[in-house]
Amino acid sequence: MEQKQETLLEIHDLSVSFRMYGEGLSQKDLQVISNLHLRIRPGEIVAVAGSSGSGKSLLASAILGILPSNATVKGHVHFRGQELTPQMQRELRGKEIALVPQSVAYLDPLMRVGRQVDGASKPRPTQQRRRLFRRLELPERTENLYPFQLSGGMARRVLVSTALLTEASLIIADEPTPGMSLEQALEALKMFREMADGGKSVLLITHDIDLAFEFADRVAVFYAGTTVEIAPVEDFRAGPEALRHPYSQALWRALPQNGFVPIDGFQPYAGSLPQGCLFAPRCPHATEQCHRQTPPIREVRGGEVRCFYGA
Amino acid sequence: MALEAKNISFRYSRKEPWVLQACDLSLARGERLALFAPSGYGKTTLARLLAGYLTPTEGQVLLDGAPLPKTGVCPVQLIFQHPEKAINPRWRLKRVLEEGGILREDILDAFGIERPWLDRFPRELSGGELQRFCVARALMSGADYLICDEISTMLDVITQAQIWNVILDEAARRNMGLIAVTHNRHLARRVAGRIYDLSRRQWDAADSNGA
Repeated sequence: MEQKQETLLEIHDLSVSFRMYGEGLSQKDLQVISNLHLRIRPGEIVAVAGSSGSGKSLLASAILGILPSNATVKGHVHFRGQELTPQMQRELRGKEIALVPQSVAYLDPLMRVGRQVDGASKPRPTQQRRRLFRRLELPERTENLYPFQLSGGMARRVLVSTALLTEASLIIADEPTPGMSLEQALEALKMFREMADGGKSVLLITHDIDLAFEFADRVAVFYAGTTVEIAPVEDFRAGPEALRHPYSQALWRALPQNGFVPIDGFQPYAGSLPQGCLFAPRCPHATEQCHRQTPPIREVRGGEVRCFYGA
Repeated sequence: MALEAKNISFRYSRKEPWVLQACDLSLARGERLALFAPSGYGKTTLARLLAGYLTPTEGQVLLDGAPLPKTGVCPVQLIFQHPEKAINPRWRLKRVLEEGGILREDILDAFGIERPWLDRFPRELSGGELQRFCVARALMSGADYLICDEISTMLDVITQAQIWNVILDEAARRNMGLIAVTHNRHLARRVAGRIYDLSRRQWDAADSNGA
């Protein structure tokens, strides 16, 4: 129980599947997240990196309880030591747990930006919101614009501001920085860092992993719907030798500043996951055991890795 | 043989401020340039003007000395920042691809587009998967110029490197002109021969390690 108290959010063995129609009326379950583990402590930024379609955004939806109705969730999510039930999720979201959504299409296209960030119940523009807009370099007139009049980067900053205005103790930021200039992205991340230093927690889902390396405490790497490595951020700054999983190493090497070299192959599709280790078909070190057995998650050098050989 | 912006300016209406003013740009076939500026300086607007999605309020966009064609597939193809907004949500993806031209198996394979995805609707795929369709659609159209507006910001870095390597190969093979709009200087240096900073209206020295 000791450990539960210093953990804000604990995800244990989480699986998410979708019920889909196949031929005619036959249905099948498509598993998109499997055996996922993650723990977030108060005051911590955990960056979630990984391939597109590895279930990062679905994890956010699963925590908030906003998955579509054909989804089935198994496993455990604890918030402040309590099992997160659908009713709790309804009460907590937007208050205790806030989301910065991935798509700028989440903005109401028919409402002026200032009004939708303030909240429809507030009749006047709030000072707090105006201060935040200034800090995010959104010009004063932005509040009177409609979403279609914003540039991509401006719309992102508006989305970020909605979450920063809440009193939430956990912010789930799903790709908050694309379209922002480097300076603006750094400013937004700095604000998340300040919130974390003030005791709040941030789950930062991002592809700008080089930026995440500057601000996060730990990095969780997702592949094909599961966690393959969770490592202290220093290991990612240090480079591939300090990393435990071959996929994390491949991510590092594909960065434009580190070689721009992609590994061959593609992430397996949810309907046709390979047996054994999900990364084995693309792994340069895969052995026969990897193709047969799913590796368990192991603790290695202060991090966790789902690989038989990660060291 | 070039795509040119001649002294173009744009604003949404007379009451609105200028989004872009007096911009000149010229891109020859076979050339690759990166467009760089902070958010809100009109990068996307310039991209839309060059591809014919918007008409300049003042000035002209010329392709080989003539205005962009009004009918048929435009030889200047724009790939958008948000794939979910660039695809008809009510079309299956096969139809989305076929709108641009003939399906090319080699491109589908290069992008790792699984054949069952072709029968799916856009909302059933992730943003990164959709973006591969958007890039594939543009390449299959047979365009001579490609404008990539922040196309890989929503992709993981491995997919980003994969997609760009396919684009760069295809661009070199077909002698296409390429404009990459990006906030990432490291990426700009990789994919472009020269970098234009729209906020300062000047060319930056590009490194020679590009692709």
